[in-house]
Amino acid sequence: MIRFDDVHKAFGANQVLRGLTLEVPKGESMVIIGGSGTGKSVALKCVLGLVQPDRGLIEVDGRDATEGDRDAFLARFGMLFQGGALFDSLPVWQNVAFRLLRGELKRPKAEAREIAVEKLRRVGLSPDVADRFPAELSGGMQKRVGLARAIAADPEIIFFDEPTTGLDPIMAGVINDLIREIVVEMGATAMTITHDMTSVRAIADRVAMLHGGKIRWTGPVAQMDNSGDPYLDQFIHGRAEGPIAAVR
Amino acid sequence: MIRLLGGIGAQVLAMLAVIGRVTLYALLTLRHLVTPPFYAREFGSALLQIGWLSLPVVGLTAFFTGGALALQIYAGGSRFDAEAVVPQIVAIGMVRELGPVLVGLMIAARVTSSIAAEIATMKVTEQIDALVTLSTHPMKYLTVPRVLAAFVTVPLLVGIGDIIGIFGGYTVAVRSLGFNASTYLQNTVDFLEPLDLISSLVKGAAFGVIAALMGCYSGMNSGRGAQGVGRATKSSVEAASVLILAANFLLTGVFFSI
Repeated sequence: MIRFDDVHKAFGANQVLRGLTLEVPKGESMVIIGGSGTGKSVALKCVLGLVQPDRGLIEVDGRDATEGDRDAFLARFGMLFQGGALFDSLPVWQNVAFRLLRGELKRPKAEAREIAVEKLRRVGLSPDVADRFPAELSGGMQKRVGLARAIAADPEIIFFDEPTTGLDPIMAGVINDLIREIVVEMGATAMTITHDMTSVRAIADRVAMLHGGKIRWTGPVAQMDNSGDPYLDQFIHGRAEGPIAAVR
Repeated sequence: MIRLLGGIGAQVLAMLAVIGRVTLYALLTLRHLVTPPFYAREFGSALLQIGWLSLPVVGLTAFFTGGALALQIYAGGSRFDAEAVVPQIVAIGMVRELGPVLVGLMIAARVTSSIAAEIATMKVTEQIDALVTLSTHPMKYLTVPRVLAAFVTVPLLVGIGDIIGIFGGYTVAVRSLGFNASTYLQNTVDFLEPLDLISSLVKGAAFGVIAALMGCYSGMNSGRGAQGVGRATKSSVEAASVLILAANFLLTGVFFSI
């Protein structure tokens, strides 16, 4: 389980998180929604130690996320970045098998390649993609390679940062289905950040809405449409009028 | 007036803060250098990029500078009947000063800019964050191999640049100024001392470390977007060039006193 307890984070005068409190139960797929700049990505990065919270506690399975062996902690995670964040200088298979080619999870090169090709197949990419470089791939293919890299070491927890941003609706649907399948198949705990309501309905077990640096509403995805919360209603229906200011 | 002084004070404090951060970054690099893991593949790639692929630009710079130096010394020397000192002055000028400084500045232009732009782009596109999530320390994976490769290869480049520069002077002197080929070479060899070569190589190692370190530091601390990458690249080359010239002055002073 991932637990945020009163987490605060500011960048200069910009107070992004103002007491984020949230629990993500083990094996569940939690989707965090909210407007741009509300701190969704910052929340994920705080768990991984990429951003240090100013105040508050983040626990993973009851242990403080900032303490203990960093490598062992990070080995439990996989992350799909918004833009893919693939390493330009490495061919696709080495991107996917990055963790398997170095460090504690290091395997023989042939075995690492075999696993990478298998993970690429799992996300719907043929083995001939393995030797291409990221710059030679389309946006949708890069996202799938990023997804393959996120699951390459069979992580217990997977983070997806805007997995469908910039993709056409069909490719977005493909990615949503893949994420749902993989999360169910691996039994992993998932946290996804998105503005895409189609993604939310496809991926989520539970939904949390972040607004003003705090969780405004959280509950099962089935209750999202009948929450009675005006902020959530405005967001999921994409209305310009409502309590959330359209111009920020 | 107070506002002016305040502005100057703020600039000085900002500059001191940058010096402090660069110093801490250098110490951190040193710490990561002596602790495992070590990424041999990245080190090999950096050797190729910094060393081997810099040879053409270093060679051409040294050759033309050596040739021009021979002409200038001949022209200057002829004013007091000292044309014969061309081999000696070309040799000492290239080995003690121009070889290391020009190679250092060429490396700052070619390598520092390339490292800064590459790492800054990696930062902007979240590749640095991706490295961390894949349990790989960016300092170990990106900075240590590049700094170490520069430490190893730039002295070699300086040595090669010295030889090519002397050859440039030799070519001009023999072909255009009427010097005897074997006498020219003999004078060059006789005049140079081991300390000249040592100072050249030591300067090369120092300049290499400065060039790679500033590229990595600027890249890792770049701002957002294309503008951030551009600024990081520009500031890395500026800082590396100035630091190389300052280090040259200090090292020349040290070797001068030996």
